[in-house]
Amino acid sequence: MLDTRMPLLSVNDLQAWYGESHILHGVNFDIFPGEVVTLLGRNGAGKTTTLKSIMGIVGQRTGSVRFDNQELIGKTSDKIARAGIAFCPEERGIFASLNVEENLLLPPQIRSGGLSLEQIFTLFPNLKERLGSSQGTKLSGGEQQMLAIGRILRTGARLLLLDEPTEGLAPVIIQQIGKTIKTLKAQGFTILLVEQNFRFASTVADRYYIMEHGKVVERFENSELDAKTETLHEYLGV
Amino acid sequence: MFEIFGIPSQALFGQLLLGLINGSFYALLSLGLAVIFGMLNIINFTHGAQYMMGAFVAWFLLQHFGLGYWWSLVIVPIVVGFTGVVVERLFLQRLYKLDHLYGLLLTFGLALIIQGVFRNYFGSSGLPYQMPQSLTGGQNLGFMFLPNYRVWVIVFSLTICLTTWFVIERTRLGANLRAATENPTLVRAFGINVPRMITLTYGFGVGLAALAGVMAAPIYNVNPLMGADLIIVVFAVVVIGGMGSIMGAIVTGFTLGIVEGLTKVFFPEASNTVIFVIMAIVLLIRPAGLFGRTA
Ligand SMILES: Nc1ncnc2c1ncn2[C@@H]1O[C@H](COP(=O)(O)OP(=O)(O)OP(=O)(O)O)[C@@H](O)[C@H]1O
Ligand SMILES: [Mg+2]
Repeated sequence: MLDTRMPLLSVNDLQAWYGESHILHGVNFDIFPGEVVTLLGRNGAGKTTTLKSIMGIVGQRTGSVRFDNQELIGKTSDKIARAGIAFCPEERGIFASLNVEENLLLPPQIRSGGLSLEQIFTLFPNLKERLGSSQGTKLSGGEQQMLAIGRILRTGARLLLLDEPTEGLAPVIIQQIGKTIKTLKAQGFTILLVEQNFRFASTVADRYYIMEHGKVVERFENSELDAKTETLHEYLGV
Repeated sequence: MFEIFGIPSQALFGQLLLGLINGSFYALLSLGLAVIFGMLNIINFTHGAQYMMGAFVAWFLLQHFGLGYWWSLVIVPIVVGFTGVVVERLFLQRLYKLDHLYGLLLTFGLALIIQGVFRNYFGSSGLPYQMPQSLTGGQNLGFMFLPNYRVWVIVFSLTICLTTWFVIERTRLGANLRAATENPTLVRAFGINVPRMITLTYGFGVGLAALAGVMAAPIYNVNPLMGADLIIVVFAVVVIGGMGSIMGAIVTGFTLGIVEGLTKVFFPEASNTVIFVIMAIVLLIRPAGLFGRTA
């Protein structure tokens, strides 16, 4: 299928290193505006490293990451964030020395069009109740995840990178996060989602890329899901 | 005149006041060290030299531009803080990825160079600095004489310390600083210019040292080695309070000043060592310091 639209994010021959170890060996994929795209792959395949390379927080990277017609390779991570990308890390990155409100307000607004606090509290009512809580890290795992997602929605970033937002969470909370992703998509956000939980991913994603050994080895649309079940099992071992 | 524990009140309150004065300087200087350490992970051994530079720049402004004490309180921290910014940009930022030890060695070497240069030009006998006219004199409280300038030093230092604490612990800017201390990579990935924040933090910490230097100028002689002597005690204060704790630095600074003063009254022989004895005990019992968080 030939796409005539311009991708919002276009990753080409992306390679990355942690010190001496060569982790990404030429990653290629595109994301179009308004899409939810999922990176799948086993532990250690390089999914997190891909997100970090886009964000500019791995030691060394080469290749091309084009976003909104700008080349991001070689830019520092603060410039990349200001170009309009927001990152929700796998370990959530809630700050222990900040209270809940300070955690929520930490990422600066980089442009207009972000969600208001009211809208964020509509998505995550728990956060509003916990606003006075003294330490961000005293929240439950689920609440911390909501805080980690909630705080990047204010910034006005158009592309959200979410690294395994459902990891280790209870089914009700996973459902709530699924609902949130659909709402965000409806509001025009573009989302790159890293997931191990394929069942969850299949409820929200438009397209999938499978990674193995630091490369993208397979790509398919949500409509091809049934036909690709075999392949998926092979790669993911589920 | 009355006595407390057989000590004349005059002597007791006199030493208490001196202790509070010293405590004001300990607090201001260890606060600067704590702010710098929190953000840069560097133990700033140049701190004493930067305090001395503060006193000298104040002296210089008065001597050559006729700008007095009050002007110096504003101008000197900015000027000396700016030299800190230059040092951070030129040298320190290259060391963050290395062991603590390199920052310590660099700042220590820098302190020796700065002190050497000043001694070369000004000798080591010291230069006098006039107390501002409006703060000369004092109050006779009956049980003791209270010099106005010393009251000013204590009140002003406490104000600066508490304001700094407030900004760091209670404002948006402070939240950014605390977050960047905890996880600079992530904070930067949110679009905050962390390297610039680090540079300005160092400049601010150095500015605090210089401010203390201006306040010290009318009390102590302006002298190239004035910081070298003081900073040894301040490092002990920082070790006792715990590296990186803002309130810890302030409380420990004032408390140890008072403890030192009281020791002078009750057991004068130990007054020069009491802080180091406390440091040794604290290191044995709570290696992270009284207010320090164990990493
Ligand atoms: N900081 C690091 N230093 C060195 N090697 C690293 C570092 N982080 C990750 N790696 C290695 O890079 C490879 C890819 O890791 P990455 O975290 O990107 O995998 P992942 O696909 O996100 O896995 P998971 O599903 O477990 O999160 C792994 O082999 C990992 O051991
Ligand atoms: Mg990962």
